[in-house]
Amino acid sequence: MASQTLTTPAMPAGQVGRSIPRLEAAAKVTGRAEYVHNMSLPGMLHGKIFRSVIPHGKIKHLDLDAARAVEGVFLVAAIDDIRKVIAHPYYGPAFHDQPILADGKVRYAGEPVAVVLADEAHIAEEAAGLISAEYEELPGVYDEVEAHGAQVFVHDELKPAATFPDLAHLLGRRDTNVALDFQLRRGDADAAFAAAEHVFEHHFRTQPTMHTPLEPFVSIADASGGSLTLHTASQNPSFVRIEIARLLGWPENRVRVKVPYLGGGFGGKLYIKLEALVTALSLIARRPVKISLTMQEQFFMVMRHAATIRIKSGVDKSGRITARSCEVWWNGGAYADIGPRVTQKAGFTAAGPYDIDNVELNSYAVYTNRTPAGALRGFGAPQTCWAYETHTDMIAAKLGIDQLAFRRMNLLHDGRPQATGTILRDAAIDKVLDRVAERMNWGTPLERGTGRIRRGRGIAIGFKGITAPTTSVAMINLYADGSCGLYIGTVDMGQGSDTCMAQIAAEVLNLDAESIKVIHPDTDVTPYDMGTLGSRSTFHMGTAVRLAALDANQKIAALAEELGVPPNSNLPFSELLRRKYRMQAGNIIGIGSFIPGYDKPDQETGQSANVTPFWGVGGSGAEVEIDIETGEFKVTKLVNVADVGAAINPKLLAAQLSGAAIMQLGFTTSENMLYRDGQLTNGSFADYKIPCLLDMPAVFINEFVESRQHDGPFGAKGAGESTTIAVSPAIGNAIADAIGVRLMDLPLTAEAIHGAILAAGIGGDDEH
Amino acid sequence: MPTLPIDCTVNGAATHLDVAPRTILADALRQDLGLTGTHVGCAHGSCGACTILLDGAAVRSCLMLAVQAAGHAITTIEGLSNPDALTPLQAAFRKHGALQCGFCTPGMIVTAHALLSANPDADADTIRDMLSGNLCRCTGYISIIEAVLDARAAYQEARA
Ligand code: FES
Ligand code: FES
Repeated sequence: MASQTLTTPAMPAGQVGRSIPRLEAAAKVTGRAEYVHNMSLPGMLHGKIFRSVIPHGKIKHLDLDAARAVEGVFLVAAIDDIRKVIAHPYYGPAFHDQPILADGKVRYAGEPVAVVLADEAHIAEEAAGLISAEYEELPGVYDEVEAHGAQVFVHDELKPAATFPDLAHLLGRRDTNVALDFQLRRGDADAAFAAAEHVFEHHFRTQPTMHTPLEPFVSIADASGGSLTLHTASQNPSFVRIEIARLLGWPENRVRVKVPYLGGGFGGKLYIKLEALVTALSLIARRPVKISLTMQEQFFMVMRHAATIRIKSGVDKSGRITARSCEVWWNGGAYADIGPRVTQKAGFTAAGPYDIDNVELNSYAVYTNRTPAGALRGFGAPQTCWAYETHTDMIAAKLGIDQLAFRRMNLLHDGRPQATGTILRDAAIDKVLDRVAERMNWGTPLERGTGRIRRGRGIAIGFKGITAPTTSVAMINLYADGSCGLYIGTVDMGQGSDTCMAQIAAEVLNLDAESIKVIHPDTDVTPYDMGTLGSRSTFHMGTAVRLAALDANQKIAALAEELGVPPNSNLPFSELLRRKYRMQAGNIIGIGSFIPGYDKPDQETGQSANVTPFWGVGGSGAEVEIDIETGEFKVTKLVNVADVGAAINPKLLAAQLSGAAIMQLGFTTSENMLYRDGQLTNGSFADYKIPCLLDMPAVFINEFVESRQHDGPFGAKGAGESTTIAVSPAIGNAIADAIGVRLMDLPLTAEAIHGAILAAGIGGDDEH
Repeated sequence: MPTLPIDCTVNGAATHLDVAPRTILADALRQDLGLTGTHVGCAHGSCGACTILLDGAAVRSCLMLAVQAAGHAITTIEGLSNPDALTPLQAAFRKHGALQCGFCTPGMIVTAHALLSANPDADADTIRDMLSGNLCRCTGYISIIEAVLDARAAYQEARA
């Protein structure tokens, strides 16, 4: 073994940048990987949820008797039962607005009202079907713009959580559906619009969609022994522990949260989902309780925000954008979840990756009587990008400037202030755009087709800020035989964090990444991590892991010195431990913690000297082929390029980039939660179509460029969301290029294209 | 709850089960036999995560009642694995990174095994067609096609 006595290895260990197969690949391909889906505890009860069938109303009467009478039913619980173990049964990351079960009122169709527990899931299901409820129906609000000014209120008053100090001013606000209004003011937009040569204004909409991880939400609580253990498919075990401890009034050390592998998450399995419910039920039943949602029920848990976006730009004679104003209404559904954060974070970048001196943004989180909306891969960035990159394309077309040239002319470069005032750094916006253009052969004319089949192409580029400030703590345990354990709260939900973190640790410790054991999140064992979300893990946890490994190296060096071993002796740490303890014994423990710098944006202007730890950048290009008689279309080529800082594991990264892009292809062309009168009409995999193999573009290119994030671990930054950002507008722009007609609302379906062709008359080159 | 006795072969072993008539085959495999490599994603026949082999043909175990398995030979991902080494398909999935969360993976491998056993020369288009009923929310599919193409050689050899 090479020297362990130096704080930095003399030679790079070559662990970072290697495409090693994921550490748990063998377990997953043989079906042996551990998921909560597969777990069962002795004496465990199964819960099935009875849900509201109306979108808004008061519960007048709940009849649980028939369910209770079913043989094999252990317990039927409603909110009054929950209150016996949790006095204030309201939870949420930003607002404490969500009751564990409906509390006198239902606010969306599909809201949990009661639960049946039984030894067997099918008995619980059968009994839940016998529950009935009578409601006094209330008028509902479903559309985010209507709800903004409506006189129907989803909540009587706002209840912000104490954990977010910047929401404190909202406490007790009444008679509003606006949970948060974020605003940003830079320069003087009014004056700039007045002085502009051209002013353009457009309105866009995006539809509600769902994460649909293949492993639906599932949690087990075991409170049978006086303390509580949760086994849960969660993306943030630390938050679950904190929030459950708060609800119970317990110290954190009585709540243990364990997370094995996740069958996908994508932002859905964040914060609290089923955990509070199974906790309360297990406390009542004094037995372990498992609730596994079905695929259909997932659509009642959380969704991605639908949004309405108004965007206006002023452009000078030379084609420079001098002013931009955006107004974004986010359809937050019945409970805030993390919606206020989406509203704020996506607000920062809603004007796009352009160098614009005068910017005015308003972003509203709006309650409606729909499934609660939360985080989904991109935290709102794909929705705003749909608007600003379609808008940008329309302006270029109107001005007769090439789409690429117009973007280049206005692009934001490193060293220039972004709309928040934060100076852009290590953001390869220009490189990403160049690479997209290159892979699209933008300089070569496209064969556009005549007659029935028309072709077109489009490009788009977007960026996002990262949730801040957030903390990660990592621990490295070097065992006396020379092996190593890495203790982290990052959840491997498929992105490959176990492997990537092992590579970072191995690089510093000069070990083989494959030899490191990554200990999965267990709040009794692994240190705090804010959560596996928003592309933060590689940067935040990666840095904490690197620091923990450096700390371990320092302790090795100190031990060598204590033992009188010369600094370059090349003695492995196992030998040092043996000398110290005179047998194979002891540990060396390295700790690393990381919180990046952050400057809280000004409440009035949204200005901040440091609004994000790094910038996520993604660009896309698309070619489409459209049958103008039917509107049927194919994405024949899709190019996606992300700025990844530096690649820790290029092969894992490639799968992440292509997966994100295909997911966004679904959100662009087929996925749409269809509501009628507040009722979801297509909540199943049979009716809600996610992309399959046949939807893959014939040419599907996913690449990255490196910007070397100056403070990222080995130059890396997060990239799990970057290739979601610009896919939709790239395809929309390609469609407009092919048929000369613009679609302003997602999703882009054959039906919508056909309708637009009919409305406009084909062959038109009008750009409105 | 009254049960019905069934006899079938599971992963090569003669197996007797007493199941309630309403029991779904996927649940019987997972809960009664502990074969949890068969995952249940949608439970309504749309995702393919629960795919198993019934007399060698790929079927969705969430769409079958356990009693329908009587007299048939069932193979699950566990039956397609061996303790000493990964099979060619499994090794190819690992090598090409054809998995992320791994939830769809057993179903993908079972389906791909049925395909390559019948047609070891399957081209990319055929593979796409045959696997198009298996949904993956994570990978973007590129690496899955690469892995199955790569694993063909072993099936071609086995035929020869
Ligand atoms: S679980 Fe059987 S097809 Fe989805
Ligand atoms: S790897 Fe997650 S669903 Fe395919």
